[in-house]
Amino acid sequence: MGDLTGLVLKRLGFGLITLLVVSVLIFFAVELLPGDVAEAVLGQGATEETVAAMRDQLGLDRPAPVRYFEWLFGAIQGDFGVSLISGERVSEAITGRFINTLFLAAYAAVLAVPLAIFLGILVALLRNTLFDRVANVLTLTSISSPEFFLGYILILYLAVKAKAFPAIASLTGDMSLLELLHRTFLPALTLVLVVTAHMMRMTRAAIINLLASPYIEMARLKGTPPWKVIVHHALPNAWAPIINVVALNLAYLITGVVLVEVVFVYPGIGQLLVDAVSKRDFPIVQACCLIFAATFILLNLAADVGAILTNPRLRHPK
Amino acid sequence: MSKTDKSLLNKIGQAARTGRISRRNFLNTAAAAGLTATTATGLWTTKAAAQPKSGGTFRWGLHDGNTGDTHDPGTYVTRTMIFLAHTHRSYLTMIEGDGSLGPDLADSWTASEDASEWTFEITPNASFHSGKPVTAKDVVASINHHRGEATTSAAKALLTDVTEVTAEGEHTVKVALTGGNADFPWLMTDYHLAICPANEDGTIDWKSGDGSGPYKIDNGEFGVQFSLSRHDGWHREGAYFDKVELLTLNDPNARQTALVTGDVDAVSLIELKTMALMQRDPNITIHNVPSAGAITLPMMCDVAPFDNVDVRNAMKLAMNRDEIIEKIAFGAATKGNDFHHSPAQPYWPEGIEQREYDPDQAKSLLKKAGAEGVSVNLSVADSVYAGAVDMAVLYAEQAKAAGININVVREPNDGYYSDVWLKKPWCLVSWGARPTPDVMYTLAYKSDAAWNESHWQNERFNELLLQAKSELDQGLRAEMYREMAILGKDDGGTVIPFFNNFVYANRANVGTPENLAASWECDGARAASRWWFNA
Repeated sequence: MGDLTGLVLKRLGFGLITLLVVSVLIFFAVELLPGDVAEAVLGQGATEETVAAMRDQLGLDRPAPVRYFEWLFGAIQGDFGVSLISGERVSEAITGRFINTLFLAAYAAVLAVPLAIFLGILVALLRNTLFDRVANVLTLTSISSPEFFLGYILILYLAVKAKAFPAIASLTGDMSLLELLHRTFLPALTLVLVVTAHMMRMTRAAIINLLASPYIEMARLKGTPPWKVIVHHALPNAWAPIINVVALNLAYLITGVVLVEVVFVYPGIGQLLVDAVSKRDFPIVQACCLIFAATFILLNLAADVGAILTNPRLRHPK
Repeated sequence: MSKTDKSLLNKIGQAARTGRISRRNFLNTAAAAGLTATTATGLWTTKAAAQPKSGGTFRWGLHDGNTGDTHDPGTYVTRTMIFLAHTHRSYLTMIEGDGSLGPDLADSWTASEDASEWTFEITPNASFHSGKPVTAKDVVASINHHRGEATTSAAKALLTDVTEVTAEGEHTVKVALTGGNADFPWLMTDYHLAICPANEDGTIDWKSGDGSGPYKIDNGEFGVQFSLSRHDGWHREGAYFDKVELLTLNDPNARQTALVTGDVDAVSLIELKTMALMQRDPNITIHNVPSAGAITLPMMCDVAPFDNVDVRNAMKLAMNRDEIIEKIAFGAATKGNDFHHSPAQPYWPEGIEQREYDPDQAKSLLKKAGAEGVSVNLSVADSVYAGAVDMAVLYAEQAKAAGININVVREPNDGYYSDVWLKKPWCLVSWGARPTPDVMYTLAYKSDAAWNESHWQNERFNELLLQAKSELDQGLRAEMYREMAILGKDDGGTVIPFFNNFVYANRANVGTPENLAASWECDGARAASRWWFNA
């Protein structure tokens, strides 16, 4: 297991370097955008004097590298600065939104991951039957449609016509968990539809790939029933690619939900990021992007660790 | 009155209250029941119109909000903040449903002879939500927030004429101006000029979100939602709802679906494309209110070829406004006539000849100017107005008949007002409604205005603008605005296709007054204090 700890530490170190590079890229990308926070905040009501006064108050007249390093020194000490517009601490501005996003992602993941893997095993078992084809066509259709389109379809049938679920997922503080799950069901379902196909197809492919191996042949010749062949013999060797795809999709659930948030008016971190970019509120943009980058790094790491743990052979590279 | 008549009247009274019958139908039916017009009108007011009920939570879906909004009145820019401001804060004056100027915090106001000094009497009944009474000191600090070197307020340009604001006693505020301004009390309705509690040092405390409006903020998150409850002891009539919830619903589909499913009681904007479909739903009432908001196409009068008045007028003649209103605004607009004075504003000059589409005359004007087959760029982005790019393309097609070649340049939505407006020689701009012609002309047509978007310099126009500003005689003022309108139309550099209507909607169980203020969507942004729930 010592190797594994070493690997995790090494990867975390590389992750930190990646984050640093990301922060530089984000900072200069925001700098490259036309206009700055003063012009964006004042909008049509800007005059030269008021823009200059606001730049002065926010310290925007100093050179860009100076502002970047100021931010960086703060960030290293755990201080991500304040929003340029509201003056609110970045951590405070983001925490609530990020928890909302995590909640929705977790809700969708709890539904989607077991469903996708179960369906994947099932279609591998029943491969090339009608069930296999129908399941493939349906999931591929849902992954090929843009999220907002799926969202609108669900709203039309489940909210407007059947009136089973609310059309907008606005949250208030005093909701019970059940109410919360009911209110956010449509956005979660949209996400489930988007991510299921990928995981299901990978499960199916990974298992079928193994079915030609001699040891599976052996199991069959022993007279093991088909479901047992797949679950007990094929699946353990198929986990590595499946875990990889699951991790990628979990990352997508956190970072790629902006469209779903807009369609269902869900107050998550994606909408916050879009608003912050349009207002050139650099500290918020930076923090959101770093959270997204860290999510990818950590989930990729988790996928690798998971793959190694489920496959002892990977622990002893030749 | 017989018993049947009485029950019939009760029935139609009920129908009128719930909005199922209009005032005119009510009067006709009442007349059929044998009542005189006067009695019937009286009945309308007592039975139907003037019976707002108290109670309920008003859920209000708003079309434009951003996580980066703040309570700073100087940087109010999104609609959500404007609606919120009119719900939790007060202004000195307000625009009433019939378009007249009414009192908000100020009980009354008077001007000196030359209109260069204004005195406002603040109502002694007003209090902030913290319990502190509203005094002259708060008003002075709130106005000064938008003045001075260091201010970042977008209302600075509006108050450049103010030289001094002083408190005289607890409830009197005096404002001194560099010159006369008969419209000054109208200026005080500007959405930036909300009154906030003053700090000891003469600045204002805007961060806390305290105000003296009809509702106080219980909790909220910018760009998401605000929950408010009634401020007992609000200083004016109204505020029938117990609670108000403002929800930012930027996505048009989400907003309209929420109204259809009853997740909200009213929305601040209906997409024109789907207006006809929404109208079919019997549970929804759509309001289509002509406003003073305008779409303008300012040509810079000091840039060739627009430095020639004949070219400018050819551009104006080459536009088929009827077709644009029909196809781009879906009929929800008032035809423009190239002067920036809307019928929804006071002093509107009647009977000025409407400029129609006339490509032949445009051609001959271009010939006279020696600019036949002129080719110009028109910068536009869809963030300015939904359908703006389509409008520009349609206009370019119309102008071809006059031999004008308009290249439509699609600009990025992002940063349009900092990178395109006032920078490109010809672009498309959307102006919010301003209360009076003077405010509008002073902001964007005065020779030295920062936002003189067309760089138009006309001596007579500027002379009249100054004269009319301090003229307290209504008749004389109206005459001056007529002459200015004609100057703008025939010499100015701005093509005005139309004044856009405000199109918004509520569920049928929401009661609304007969007259809806045209200063903002949703009854001058004051739906929360002016509307109510029918039983």
